Amino acid sequence: MSNKYLLEIGTEELPARLIEGALKQLRDNTDKMLKEERIGYESIKTYSTPRRLVLIIEGLKDEQDTLEESIKGPAKRIAYDDDGNPTKALQGFMRGKNITLEDIYLEEHNGEEYIYGNIVKEGKDTKEVLSNNMAKIIKSIVFPKSMKWGGKNLRFARPIRWLVSIFNDQIAPFNLEGIEASNITRGHRFLGRGYIEIKSIDEYFDILKDNYVIVDQNKRKEMIKYASERLVKEKGGNILSDGGLLDEVTNIVEYPTPIIGRIKEEYLRLPKDVIITPMKEQLRFFPVVSDKGRLLPYFITVRNGNEDHIDIVRKGNEKVLGARLEDAKFFYYDDIERPLEDYIEPLKTIVFQEELGTLYDKTIRVQKLAKKAGDYLEVGEETQKNINRAAYLAKADLATKMVNEFTELQGRMGMEYAKQSGENEIVSTAIYEQYLPRYSGDELPTTTAGALLSIADKLDTISGIFAIGIQPTGSQDPYGLRRQALGIINIILDKRWTLNLGELVDFALYIYVDENNLVFDYKSVKEEIMKFIQGRVKNMFMDMGIRYDIVDGVISTGIDDVYDLKIRADKLNDYLNREGLADVLFAFNRVVTLAKQAATDEVKRDLLIEEEEIELYDAFNSVEEKILNSLDDKEYDRALEQFIVLKDPIDNFFDNVMVMVEDEDIKENRLNLLGKISKTMLMICDLSKLVK
Amino acid sequence: MYFQDLMLKLLEFWGNKGCIILEPYDVEKGAGTMSPYTFLRALGPEPWKVVYVEPSRRPADARYGENPHRVYQHHQLQVILKPSPEDVQDLYLDSLRAIGVDPLKHDIRFVEDNWEAPTLGAWGLGWEVWLDGMEITQFTYFQQVGSIDCDLESAELTYGLERIAMYLQDVDNIFDIKWNEDFTYGDIFKKAEYEHSVYSFEKANIETLKHLFNVYEEEAKKSIEESLIAPSYDYVLKSSHTFNVLDARGAISVTERTHYIKRVRDLARLVASAYIEQRKELGYPLLKGGGIEDEQ
Repeated sequence: MSNKYLLEIGTEELPARLIEGALKQLRDNTDKMLKEERIGYESIKTYSTPRRLVLIIEGLKDEQDTLEESIKGPAKRIAYDDDGNPTKALQGFMRGKNITLEDIYLEEHNGEEYIYGNIVKEGKDTKEVLSNNMAKIIKSIVFPKSMKWGGKNLRFARPIRWLVSIFNDQIAPFNLEGIEASNITRGHRFLGRGYIEIKSIDEYFDILKDNYVIVDQNKRKEMIKYASERLVKEKGGNILSDGGLLDEVTNIVEYPTPIIGRIKEEYLRLPKDVIITPMKEQLRFFPVVSDKGRLLPYFITVRNGNEDHIDIVRKGNEKVLGARLEDAKFFYYDDIERPLEDYIEPLKTIVFQEELGTLYDKTIRVQKLAKKAGDYLEVGEETQKNINRAAYLAKADLATKMVNEFTELQGRMGMEYAKQSGENEIVSTAIYEQYLPRYSGDELPTTTAGALLSIADKLDTISGIFAIGIQPTGSQDPYGLRRQALGIINIILDKRWTLNLGELVDFALYIYVDENNLVFDYKSVKEEIMKFIQGRVKNMFMDMGIRYDIVDGVISTGIDDVYDLKIRADKLNDYLNREGLADVLFAFNRVVTLAKQAATDEVKRDLLIEEEEIELYDAFNSVEEKILNSLDDKEYDRALEQFIVLKDPIDNFFDNVMVMVEDEDIKENRLNLLGKISKTMLMICDLSKLVK
Repeated sequence: MYFQDLMLKLLEFWGNKGCIILEPYDVEKGAGTMSPYTFLRALGPEPWKVVYVEPSRRPADARYGENPHRVYQHHQLQVILKPSPEDVQDLYLDSLRAIGVDPLKHDIRFVEDNWEAPTLGAWGLGWEVWLDGMEITQFTYFQQVGSIDCDLESAELTYGLERIAMYLQDVDNIFDIKWNEDFTYGDIFKKAEYEHSVYSFEKANIETLKHLFNVYEEEAKKSIEESLIAPSYDYVLKSSHTFNVLDARGAISVTERTHYIKRVRDLARLVASAYIEQRKELGYPLLKGGGIEDEQ
């Protein structure tokens, strides 16, 4: 028979952002348990509202699969007495395993006959197994931050208040730290009945719907979308789409009813971000825009309830938004009474990091570092001027009232206020772009000034934090350094820039010594930073589909020039994927491995004796210059083609020439020959890292 | 509903639910949580139920009586339920009904908010409660107080009385709240708001206050050495408030600031651990017949 099981974990309002992760754990842990318990099933589905996590398993077998095994008992010679009757030993074995004479047989083991018993473990009822396991599964759900309540020995994101556990139409009982599972659920906090009996799983969704709870999150999301769009269409507008906000709102209501409210026209004169941010971040309202993307004087909020008394709710929400926008308006007009430049002085009193000084200190450091990066790229005087100005103004908005209230507006307000203060377009844009990319897949800086400022700002943070010894470990990355390092690499690759990261890190650290008198172990800090960035490069290249051995191979030649690294990795990836060419490159594996023992790359022609080593020497000499020229031009295709010529001479060399001979001079000379070839090859990749 | 009726209704409601109704604690403080009726009683395994109104001073929020929402001193109505009962959310919603807020006519939400008070070494998980989009209550399950794990977790409900009153009376300015039939909030507090603003931002004597901070800190430490917990905690509160005034006055540099906060937090931890010891020595008097199960 095919069975169904329903688990409902009834809670107080769960944080929306934690729900998806909890459902996944619930699914995965249940699947694992059912496999371990040998219970077949067809599907596991999960649902959620702010007050419940729901698990439904369908197509469950009646019981566990039967487990058959044979177990070794006593030796035959002590199992039976002289009359052929079972001895105490055999009787004890049978009793212990709960089997009879019919279940045993004889088998030889190490030259002696033994009794074996056929044990058949009948599967337990599925319902019983579920009852035995559900408390454990709930306890195994972990949250980034969890709590205890009321003296219970239990942790969860918010208190668990009831449990529903039903197998078909029966309660599958269990007890979770004093909370008894039953078939009683609860409806919507205000509109539904308090205690509702679920007689069978099939009626679960309908009964809760009658009690103003839409259990299926996807249905709730559709309801919100459909009703909101209908409301704004009447006003000739569209919802300003934002998947994240829609998901969040879906997870904070059990019965959604969108409401359209009005914004006073006077607030629409404020910059768009200033209006949208309090709406979305503080109130979870959806902004409404025209077809052209202009803000309209409406918002959508989603009530957790029905249409009754909706005017009161609308009026209340309009009033709250009005107060927030009034604040924003005050901040905005107060901020623009002074030019952006005037907010630099207060940066001297805002700490960036206790040991790394104030935001003003950071401003000065980033200014220097950005200039240095600009020098590498040989950007023009005009661009340097813009970089310098943007770097100087970059942090000023952090001292404004608006950004103090809405920190997520950092950069955006800087850009806005810079424009208001008469700064040019590039400087203003660069101030916004210094924070890009803010997350994986975010937009990247478009201007040269913005890109360099962003790199300098991030590299300054990374260098400083490493210098005071709080680099990321495991899940701990309080300054988001991993994200920032990835940001730097992404920008460099996007811009196809040749920058020397090692030297920039050097300079960033030097500024800390020079400006902040910071004391640290220069050499080891630099090594740690480079290793850290190397780790990010590695992950990123692998995510881009480059083979891990190639990534290792190119990275071990140094990561100063990330863009160049990427080109080489791509070329090698192409080559190794082409039939036949892989063999060529692997020939160099042996060269590179032995070459590590070479003292120099000076080869004495007169010490070369064997035919094959002379051939290899000549072959290399004939292509060396071409290779070096190709490498100079970053023409890695051409360089690799030249290397192919060396394949046969290398194979012949290793087949016929003994390298580690007794004569030290000859041995050394042969190693040096390999060293010379290897050194050139290493300019592309450490081939000894490649795996066939 | 007049402001004073709002207070009385809530006090009465929670009194009927078994809470002790207490008067405000007579030392300056920034929030109801800082009252010893919360800070100390939240520690240890003993049960506790209390409700009180707490005038809360926040010098940095002073606005010369000119801002419609922000003031130097506002009023929190504080409820502590220890341990948190099963139906604590329902009790809370009933309290809203008691002041005339019918959930069926509004949109009431529990929105994630994780509360933290660095100077007290305290944090908890819970929500802001929204009434039609406006935050009216902070609802927290304490997890740590005085940097010490809570043995028995309390639920803390902190009602923002002014906000609720503004909503119920439909006024847009805090000073227009009617305290009773004849007096407004402004009649009572506006002048004091102005004076406290002038004092906090312009006139407070920095040297004197810095000196006072040191004196209070010293006195708190000395008292705790004598196992005098209640007086010691009074001086922790005084040092905390003195720091707040200095901070508003702009007299504390950024690096100093973290240092000051740490000094207050360290004092709070000292008092918290001494309190726990003391209750243990007393044999947890409130556990006897305190009406809760033995949690061990």
